[in-house]
Amino acid sequence: MPTDSTPTIFIDPAKCIGCRQCEIACAVEHSQSKDLFSAIFEDPLPLPRIHILPMGAYNVPMNCRHCDGAPCVEVCPTGALFHDEDGAVMITPEKCIGCKMCAIVCPFGIPEFEALNGVMFKCDMCPDRRAEGRVPACVEACKTGALQFGTIDEIVGRVRKETAEKIIKLKEGEYEEEYNGWDLYRSMYAEIIRVNEGESK
Amino acid sequence: MKKYKEVSIDSTTQQMYERAQEMGIETVWERLEKQQPQCGYGLLGVCCRNCMMGPCRINPFGGEPTRGVCGADADTIVARNLLRMIAAGAAAHSDHGRHVALTLLIAAEMAEKFKKEGKPVLELDNMASNTLPYQVRDAEKLKAVAERLGIETEGKTIRELAKEVAEVALHDFGKQDEEALRFLKAYLNPKTYEVFETAAAKAGMPWFENGILPRGIDREIVESLHRTHIGTDHDPVSILLHGLKTSLGDAWGGSLIATELQDILFGTPQVIKAEANLGVLKEDYVNIVVHGHEPVLSEKIVEAAQDPELIELAQKYGAKGINVVGMCCTGLEVLMRHGIPIAGNFLQQEMAIVTGAVEAMVVDVQCIMPATVDVARCFHTKIIDTSPLATFPGAIHIKFDERRADEIAKEIVRTAVENFPNRSKKRVEIPKEKMAGYVGFSVEAILKHFGGNLKPIEEAIVEGKIKGVAGLVGCNNPKIKQDHNHIKIANELMKRDVLLIGTGCWATAAMKYGIFLPEYADTDNVGPGLREFAKEWGIPPALNMGSCVDCTRMLVLADLIARDLNVPISALPVVGSAPEAMTEKAVSIGTYFVASGITTHLGIVPPVLGGPKVVKILTQDLYDIVGAAFIVEPDPYKAARLMYDHIMKKRKELGI
Repeated sequence: MPTDSTPTIFIDPAKCIGCRQCEIACAVEHSQSKDLFSAIFEDPLPLPRIHILPMGAYNVPMNCRHCDGAPCVEVCPTGALFHDEDGAVMITPEKCIGCKMCAIVCPFGIPEFEALNGVMFKCDMCPDRRAEGRVPACVEACKTGALQFGTIDEIVGRVRKETAEKIIKLKEGEYEEEYNGWDLYRSMYAEIIRVNEGESK
Repeated sequence: MKKYKEVSIDSTTQQMYERAQEMGIETVWERLEKQQPQCGYGLLGVCCRNCMMGPCRINPFGGEPTRGVCGADADTIVARNLLRMIAAGAAAHSDHGRHVALTLLIAAEMAEKFKKEGKPVLELDNMASNTLPYQVRDAEKLKAVAERLGIETEGKTIRELAKEVAEVALHDFGKQDEEALRFLKAYLNPKTYEVFETAAAKAGMPWFENGILPRGIDREIVESLHRTHIGTDHDPVSILLHGLKTSLGDAWGGSLIATELQDILFGTPQVIKAEANLGVLKEDYVNIVVHGHEPVLSEKIVEAAQDPELIELAQKYGAKGINVVGMCCTGLEVLMRHGIPIAGNFLQQEMAIVTGAVEAMVVDVQCIMPATVDVARCFHTKIIDTSPLATFPGAIHIKFDERRADEIAKEIVRTAVENFPNRSKKRVEIPKEKMAGYVGFSVEAILKHFGGNLKPIEEAIVEGKIKGVAGLVGCNNPKIKQDHNHIKIANELMKRDVLLIGTGCWATAAMKYGIFLPEYADTDNVGPGLREFAKEWGIPPALNMGSCVDCTRMLVLADLIARDLNVPISALPVVGSAPEAMTEKAVSIGTYFVASGITTHLGIVPPVLGGPKVVKILTQDLYDIVGAAFIVEPDPYKAARLMYDHIMKKRKELGI
């Protein structure tokens, strides 16, 4: 069962540039060969378990949150879904009857249906990589830090520190100078939409 | 961080890489690691950035999106991206060729001006004057090239001929008629010409009126960019046919002009013994590394380094003299013509600086990492950029002008010499390893060596003493352990009695490994037939034919054999390989090898796998269109076997 030392994948939509590298890396990790050049010729084709959803000016990486007391695990009538020793929510395809109850109860819309075998599939936080002490494929592929891997304490600690720094900068009136290129792009984009909408009215 | 043994099989690179790690200097291998994992869309070639509706990506795992915003599918996108790579590679080679043609023209015009002004010069007409920055060093080759081009040579001075040849070359760059390039017509055997003429019809595209015969060097490159513009050409077949055409404009146009006119200006390489590897840097000397691709400048640097005044200045600063060494293809150019030692190939450029013994790295164009400036900051080394079209932030800019070549070359050498006192002797560590080898196997030198014709090689092939010929080419790529595949493939082919010819960073790798020594034929890496042939003729089992632009020497050689046998080049038991390919130029070279009829192996998967139709055309359909195709195989042992199988297949077809 999950503990406070269970690592999880932290998502930061502010840093996601929508390159979809995580989707490719995820599909390759879940292929037979684990090699891009071979994976694209496999039958069946491997599928990604993470999806980037464009939401206006933001991109949101959506993956399994591996909830403590996960509704999908609780609702699964055959026990196909379970927590492994690292706390990750896993699926046993042999036990899955494809009833899709997990998809109905998941607040994030994560479990997907694999039509070929009539079973559900979802993010498994890369068990082979975890065994080797490596970060999940999507996290490794993310070059902007939109996906980060760590325990809840690490993540909360990091966010707390960053926010504290922002508060200081806000107080000192320096925050605006701290905009990075992507923030600038996003604010310009929002401005263009605002102007266009204003004109069309 | 990588272990030093993982990055290279070259002990000098290993030693300097370890040193760089100790000093905390970031090199190409760390930068590659930081890029991991590399973009899957990019690796597969399914990302299109050709218009602002994009960027578009195709899902390589079969799901949506299957098309870009304009409707282009994966094959269209992959083919367009490949064509752009070919065009860029052809542009790099050809612009180099243009630069040489312009230099020849400038030289002829300056000689004319000197004559009119009545300046005191020696033998002005044959342009061997001491007061001109550039001269015709090989008048015989000039005449031979002029004759091939159909220029009347009778009663003309060398100066007039030089001008006319330069003008024909420059005309080929910008001509607008539908005729094939004049250089191509002058050099290509009729049977292969026919293949080019009919290739497009065979591919079901008869509206390519002259097949894949290139019309203008610049025109084909420009048309590549036109075709790949949004909403223009979408059929992978026609896009790739134009790719063949563009690459042929590079092969039998831009690159050929570069090689031939460089020989005229600087002398045709003849067989000469020289040394290679970082051990050629000298502890007590002012070390100047000439790096890049164009010999127009480096020739003058070599000259200026012999200037007594500058040598005296070096001695004044406590050095024993000035030591010029080469790097990459500029290095090969001066190696081939003057026996100037070559310090290394592509992945050793940063390593040379890490020795702490380089006063100046003089760079021109192509394959020079901007990171050299960053590494140089850790030492006293000065990076001097010289080409008006290549400026490096943080470097010293001494821009080159052919008309003032002597003056500028001296300024560059002086800058290096004056930097010698800044060297920290405690921080110098030069690896000891270097290797000797015979170089300078131009087509002319090979003909001379074999008694004026290629009969001995052809007979050895027919007898089966030599099974065939493999042209190995260029590049290092940090994705592959430096020189590993170069040497493995070379050995595997030589074991099977395949004679090797090669250029570029492959040639430097082979030289460092001792393959260009005749004694190498005695090793177990050479088969009995090839050993006997090499001994009989007193040659190494592999021949260094020069820089990567000199791949045309290999084409000219293949052309001569094809002429003798009255077959197209594609019928010959000849293969090509780029075991550690890296550049867009390598893509263009690979394509023009295949288009010219030489089946070519690539050791790095090029960004085409995302387009299954494109892959099929490149690896299969091209056999029916031009008689040759690509082999993609990262494993060097398997690759050598596939190349050998192809040679044996061709032998069978020829009935030998």
